[in-house]
Amino acid sequence: MSIGLEHFLVLSALLFGVGLFMALSKRNIIGILMGIELMFNAVNLSLVSFARFLEAAERLSGQVFVVFSITVAAAEAAVALALAVAIYRRRESVDVDRINLLRW
Amino acid sequence: MEDAGSVVAFWALAALTLGAAVVTAAVRDLVRAVVALVLSFLGVAGLFVLLSADFLGVAQVLIYAGAISVLIVFAIVLTPRAARDNAETAMLWPALAIAGALMGLVIAVALATDWGDEAREGFRETASAIGEALLNRYVLPFEVASVLLLAAMLGAIVLVRED
Repeated sequence: MSIGLEHFLVLSALLFGVGLFMALSKRNIIGILMGIELMFNAVNLSLVSFARFLEAAERLSGQVFVVFSITVAAAEAAVALALAVAIYRRRESVDVDRINLLRW
Repeated sequence: MEDAGSVVAFWALAALTLGAAVVTAAVRDLVRAVVALVLSFLGVAGLFVLLSADFLGVAQVLIYAGAISVLIVFAIVLTPRAARDNAETAMLWPALAIAGALMGLVIAVALATDWGDEAREGFRETASAIGEALLNRYVLPFEVASVLLLAAMLGAIVLVRED
């Protein structure tokens, strides 16, 4: 059997689902960030597979988009982990259940 | 992709990527979760190479498996008195339901749509083509990305500075 676009899209959806589950359910901020990185990876995978299967060979817009997406993900990870360390300095915890300063 | 090598590579890399992602979500220790996450990133890099995106595969290994995972390990060791377990909040079952529903929806749409993809040849060496595209058609986002990285770097330094 041959591997087509659908295979990559289903794999990407499964990976995104695992990442979304981690981002929604983890108690530790760092676990939430790992889920977000997994979601970034799933979206990049689907972008590259669209570029591979649907885009003309001389255009590379899908892959260039992934280059920018990786750049933004790196910036996001640096700032988010700095935020986690800053929250830890103030509150001695990175547990999202205990960071409820804005709770009404 | 009909040849046996591509088919075997796809299934092996898909199993590695997805299995490592599930281990990341399920394992009870944050440091072990990071190790599984690196495995998952490497599987995605292999899938990029399989999709004839060689430059992105290398960038994935350097940035995700190299830089971001080291950053996550730094964040873990810089929060020493916080809990190291990878536990869930009370939102475990709602999160599972939402993630499963979205997953099912995306899979259903991906399988139901006629994408019209023909058996197209892969890209030949993409690094030089991506470099040309970045400095011709996408030069403005390229410059904006450099400003974004500078802003993120300054922001991270200011956030963690001891004063």
